[in-house]
Amino acid sequence: MLAQKALVLLVEDNADHAELVIRSLGEAPIEKIIHLTDGEMTLDYLLRRNQYADPVSSPLPQLILLDLRLPRVDGLEVLKTLKTSANLAHIPVVVLTTSNAANDIAQAYEYHVNSYLVKPVGFEEFSQLMQVITAYWLKWNTHPKS
Amino acid sequence: MNGEPLLVLLVEDNPDHAELVMRSLGDHRVANKIVHVSDGQAALDYLLHKGDYQNAVQHPHPHVVLLDLRLPRVDGLQVLKVLKETESLRQIPVVILTTSEAEQDIVRAYDSHANSYLVKPVGFEEFEKMMLDLGFYWLAWNTHPKS
Repeated sequence: MLAQKALVLLVEDNADHAELVIRSLGEAPIEKIIHLTDGEMTLDYLLRRNQYADPVSSPLPQLILLDLRLPRVDGLEVLKTLKTSANLAHIPVVVLTTSNAANDIAQAYEYHVNSYLVKPVGFEEFSQLMQVITAYWLKWNTHPKS
Repeated sequence: MNGEPLLVLLVEDNPDHAELVMRSLGDHRVANKIVHVSDGQAALDYLLHKGDYQNAVQHPHPHVVLLDLRLPRVDGLQVLKVLKETESLRQIPVVILTTSEAEQDIVRAYDSHANSYLVKPVGFEEFEKMMLDLGFYWLAWNTHPKS
């Protein structure tokens, strides 16, 4: 069980969906939500490249919420890179997408996604899902310490 | 979120813990069916349709596996490894449910692609609360591979 304050990385190019997630997470014990809008930027951040080279100002998150359809580098490609990088593979990745396509679901699990969630349509349900996600991954789930 | 019956495979050798899990998930109708096996070999037999579990219709693949680590006959980490290396099984979410907080167990479980690692809380109320959150998360919200 994790300490009170956690860092969540949200990778989402749809501004409305991002706002919904950030608003829904407002009540959760989260220190900070980092919001990135494309796959390339996400890899730069996690691999500490370019503008994200400084580990102090770009700390690794405790949870990654990852959309699939993203500009520049696709979400599945981000997932694959993440889960094959020794120092990143242990960070839980939850895919949060509108896609219910069997292909996307199967591919995400093949790349070792921790969980795959389809975005609910209504705000109430969306908000409820965010509470469930934070309770599960930030309160109950145990991560490696390093 | 879908109409099919939701099946949990619980691999747990401690009868008290198993009862607690089944009661928490069963009472609140989170899962439609819980299959309980109490050692690692039985878990592999069930999943690979061997021994007592050869009939795949009677013994369908679960939507989620709750896996203890310290198990008789075949260790939980070994079960996890086989599961995640078997093409027909590796997409099934596996949640480790254990009393071990040892860093080595946590790291090894994630290295073998456990989807989640949960340490059993000591008190009954916390345990039940965790099981409910776990049940709703994996059975009501999580999207499973379509078999």
